Amino acid sequence: MNNDARAIGWPLHLALLAIAVAFPFVFPSPFLVNFGVLALFYAFIGQSWNIAGGFAGQLSFGHVVFFGAGAYASTILQLRFGMNPWLGLPASALAGAVVGGIIGFLSFRAGLKGSYFALITLAFAEVLRILVNSVGFTGGGLGLLIPAKMSAANFQFPERIGFYFLILALTVVSIAVAVWLKRSRFGAQLAAIRENEDAAMALGINVFQEKVKVMVLSGAMCGVGGCFFAQYFLYIDPTIVFGVDKSVEMLLVSMIGGAGTIYGPLIGAVLLAGISDITRLITNVQGLSLVLYGTLLVIIIAFLPNGLIDLFKRIGKRFHQGGA
Amino acid sequence: MLKVEGLTKIFGGLKAVDNASLEVGEGRIVALIGPNGAGKTTLFSCIAGFQSVNAGKVTFQGKDITGGAVHDIARSGMVRTFQITQPFAKLTVHENIAVGAYQKFHDRSQAWEHARRVAEQVGMGAQLDQPAADLTVAGRKRLELARTLATNPKLLLLDEVMAGLNPSEIVEIIDIIRKIRASGVTVLLIEHVMQAVMSLSEHIYVLSYGKIIADGAPHEVVNNPAVIEAYLGRGAADSAKPESSHA
Repeated sequence: MNNDARAIGWPLHLALLAIAVAFPFVFPSPFLVNFGVLALFYAFIGQSWNIAGGFAGQLSFGHVVFFGAGAYASTILQLRFGMNPWLGLPASALAGAVVGGIIGFLSFRAGLKGSYFALITLAFAEVLRILVNSVGFTGGGLGLLIPAKMSAANFQFPERIGFYFLILALTVVSIAVAVWLKRSRFGAQLAAIRENEDAAMALGINVFQEKVKVMVLSGAMCGVGGCFFAQYFLYIDPTIVFGVDKSVEMLLVSMIGGAGTIYGPLIGAVLLAGISDITRLITNVQGLSLVLYGTLLVIIIAFLPNGLIDLFKRIGKRFHQGGA
Repeated sequence: MLKVEGLTKIFGGLKAVDNASLEVGEGRIVALIGPNGAGKTTLFSCIAGFQSVNAGKVTFQGKDITGGAVHDIARSGMVRTFQITQPFAKLTVHENIAVGAYQKFHDRSQAWEHARRVAEQVGMGAQLDQPAADLTVAGRKRLELARTLATNPKLLLLDEVMAGLNPSEIVEIIDIIRKIRASGVTVLLIEHVMQAVMSLSEHIYVLSYGKIIADGAPHEVVNNPAVIEAYLGRGAADSAKPESSHA
């Protein structure tokens, strides 16, 4: 934790931010801007998973439940109650936080840990998917279509670059949260809980309370991701926003990049978006990107169990020693 | 400071702790000894809130804490170590101790500074950046001690912090525990290393088959026939008598 914070200082944060800001101007083609939006989108929701799964060690397999809650909360408020879609951002954060709090409270009160916690989150996600699928209020299996009214005031940017900078801002906030966790008392307590709950408890940490808190935080972030998704694609249905796929993607970008690290999800997300775009360009085999991604995951687990970020750290260290 | 009255803990048909009572006065070092499987660690777990109790009462600083949550008890100033060390393996020594320090200091720089001081106090100043997973047994035992110490406890429950250490390491730890007491912390320790028990403690409780069978000053306790019997078997008290004059 300490090493990480020292290695990743302000120069790196600012350099990455500068690259990200320059990206759509250097590569203005809609295809590449779309790639940037998706990479940052996965980095953002991956970070939301990482905060619970990586920092606090609460491995969730159904994180999509917060994503879906956020997507449906903002879309329903907009379509059924005529709320300004921009207010969907705080509303979806609230929805994600509430769902996170409830699921955290129930699972942790029951003492579920490790794979049992992973399974119960998966179960919650599936239950919500089926519920949303069968209730008329949510549009059922047909989903909800947000009518296109292109204007920034309506949260529909005529140019993709608007979405790009919005998701960039959200990603910056999520990385700031991760940096704060690395350096704060709350983050230290989460790391202690991840490593050994009994020892954490013995030192006076209210393990239950801290775990529920982190689910609320993670759920809120993931919910915002759901709102962004709905506004970007203007369509949601239960399979897309409550399906297992998104949960797996969030988990994969964190694990491949490096769970429990600040930049792990971003690295994993750029890779995921890159692989899926490249495979779509050169072949039309459906799902090939996931096959490649799975292979990559196996290789990384075998050789870089702490994620790709480890590779960067090793190179950095060698460079440093060579220079000194 | 700590008062345990008639504490009983039953696992299935086994009375692991049977009507045990003990008292630890402020500023003292008190030892809890007994043969393997006597129920010492179970008694510790019950006191610290890790296990529920079937009967009895635990009072800490005049407050009934029986059945209280572990973290509440720890925050009130009674903190335990684990016999089987429980390091935060992937964190560094400094980070491990900082988790304890954060209980007292909410500010990062204060907590880290306090953690560094505690590390030096237990002789881990040179290992601050080492991952806890890389420590030796002796290092891990020290880390347990440092982490609890960093919470600024009033009463430390030390569960076999000397087990597995070599004689010179034991001498060092004894010295550290003395200093901890001198800084105003009360200590209740479980220990098998008699050299440590005899030189450190002012009062000893002996637990056997879950019952407190004797208590008193160290030299009284080791000459107590019931204690010798508990350790060495029936009849041993008589044959041990000639040697006991040396103690």
